[in-house]
Amino acid sequence: MPTPSLRQLNWIAFQSILVKEITRFTRIWAQTLLPPAITMTLYFVIFGKLIGSQIGDMGGHNYMAYIVPGIIMMSVIQNAYANVVSSFFSAKFQRFVEELLVSPVSNNTILLGYLGGGVTRGVLVGLIVSLISLFFIRIPIAHPWLVFLVVVLTSTLFSLGGFINAVYAKKFDDISIVPTFILTPLTYLGGVFYSISLLPEFWRGLALANPILYMVNAFRYGFLGVSDIDVGVAIGMILGFIAVLYAVSLHLLKRGIGLRS
Amino acid sequence: MQALRIRQLAKTYGNGVEALKGIDLDVEEGDFFALLGPNGAGKSTTIGIIASLVNKSAGSVQVFGHDLVEDLALAKTCLGLVPQEFNFSVFETPLQIVVNQAGFYGMPRREALVRAEEVLNTLSLWDKRNVQSRTLSGGMKRRLMIARALMHRPRLLILDEPTAGVDIEVRRSMWEFLRGLNAQGTTIILTTHYLEEAESLCRNIAIIDKGLIVENTSMKALLATLDRETFVLDVRHLNGLPEILDGFPLRRVDEHTLEVEISRERNLNQLFGLLSERGVEVMSMRNKANRLEELFLSLTEKKSAA
Ligand SMILES: Nc1ncnc2c1ncn2[C@@H]1O[C@H](COP(=O)(O)OP(=O)(O)OP(=O)(O)O)[C@@H](O)[C@H]1O
Ligand SMILES: [Mg+2]
Repeated sequence: MPTPSLRQLNWIAFQSILVKEITRFTRIWAQTLLPPAITMTLYFVIFGKLIGSQIGDMGGHNYMAYIVPGIIMMSVIQNAYANVVSSFFSAKFQRFVEELLVSPVSNNTILLGYLGGGVTRGVLVGLIVSLISLFFIRIPIAHPWLVFLVVVLTSTLFSLGGFINAVYAKKFDDISIVPTFILTPLTYLGGVFYSISLLPEFWRGLALANPILYMVNAFRYGFLGVSDIDVGVAIGMILGFIAVLYAVSLHLLKRGIGLRS
Repeated sequence: MQALRIRQLAKTYGNGVEALKGIDLDVEEGDFFALLGPNGAGKSTTIGIIASLVNKSAGSVQVFGHDLVEDLALAKTCLGLVPQEFNFSVFETPLQIVVNQAGFYGMPRREALVRAEEVLNTLSLWDKRNVQSRTLSGGMKRRLMIARALMHRPRLLILDEPTAGVDIEVRRSMWEFLRGLNAQGTTIILTTHYLEEAESLCRNIAIIDKGLIVENTSMKALLATLDRETFVLDVRHLNGLPEILDGFPLRRVDEHTLEVEISRERNLNQLFGLLSERGVEVMSMRNKANRLEELFLSLTEKKSAA
């Protein structure tokens, strides 16, 4: 084989990791793609149709229209996180992460490959849930590119979170602690189902410290053109979080934390 | 050119175990090299450090002149590893595993598919290419790891106990295969517990014990130091043999079994002569231990005598 330059090598390696990751979550679609479709359908039926019809407007929009973006975002967050945390942890647990550690692939490429897998699943699930929402309501998309950008950035951020979780995880229980005790509460409190303008002053202040609020609102703005907060600030915050978590992840990989004894 | 150059390599694990206490090792390009040692000697640790799976505590490693610290990616492209324990995804198929592996070394997918057919065929796995690898037998899994390591045509192939748990027939065909690979120019290092394996394959050998290299020489020279062997004889009747028969120490195991230690100065003819004089018929004979065990015994005895 003619020796490829390191850059070519890493590009091909990135594609290989990505293919491997996509193959993984499509092979086990009943655990990865089906559950969000079912859960989110239930949310649309129960909160949107049944309860929503009793609620009236929220943020100047029909309640169903208001929660659709939040519910899509919730599934994107959960799935991006879940994909990387379980995939990378399995790679550690079954030791096939060693295939990568032995090979000349750079740490950046390994990280980007896994992020690519998480983002792909996040976007795909976001798409599936969006299609399901069409059975309930047709909402216009005010800023399509913003919608896409926010989905990609959000799944990148939570893929990174999943990666760091997987690095520290020692047993299977460890990969569900963060989603259960941190991610889910923050998502529910992140303005998926309500506008924070409904909250009393103190709680509204607290809600603003929740990063998920910014993502949900930026995303909703992309659809409806309404938001509790400034969209520019929201995007900036997401980028800031990504930069920090990326640096942390890369550092962990370099040091071989949880990977090399 | 040296395929591998190790200097003062040391490793202390997080739990305080001193697995390597400063070893030097040189393997020339084209060599077929055996790394031998009892359980826990530090073989896998050494290999782990060469393959970037274990962080070293001190010392240096060069693979084909590429230092693991300064030139890591280049060193890695020269290296193929067959680890001691299975480390592939059990849900992927052999074909997926080897093709992805090639990708990690920068081989484009189309080329990788061609190479995969070649390699999987050589290791008799092509028929199994599309089954989940957890359904493979133990021997097939070992061969899969060899196939995977060969995808990028490494110049140095390291195999950590490749024939553990593999039946004799497959073991022999693996030997044949490795010999051919070595003849074509691949430098090979293997660890094993079977001296027979090292003896039949390797030209040079290092013996490692408790984190130190206790012997590093050519296979020929090492076997020449083997100064005694113990044989087990199955005989028809013992006919009241003495404990020592003209200088041959004898040990009676049961009515029909006898152990004899034969040192280098004596030979089997002499023994057989003495036995037939006494009317003892020998029905069959075999080595008591594999010769490696005897070698270890003599090495450790020498050390404790010194
Ligand atoms: N990850 C680890 N953490 C702590 N100690 C370890 C680790 N891996 C190996 N050791 C210890 O280091 C020593 C050397 O182990 P190593 O696996 O290198 O031996 P080995 O020569 O390969 O043995 P074997 O023939 O049984 O495979 C042993 O005492 C072992 O218990
Ligand atoms: Mg070992």
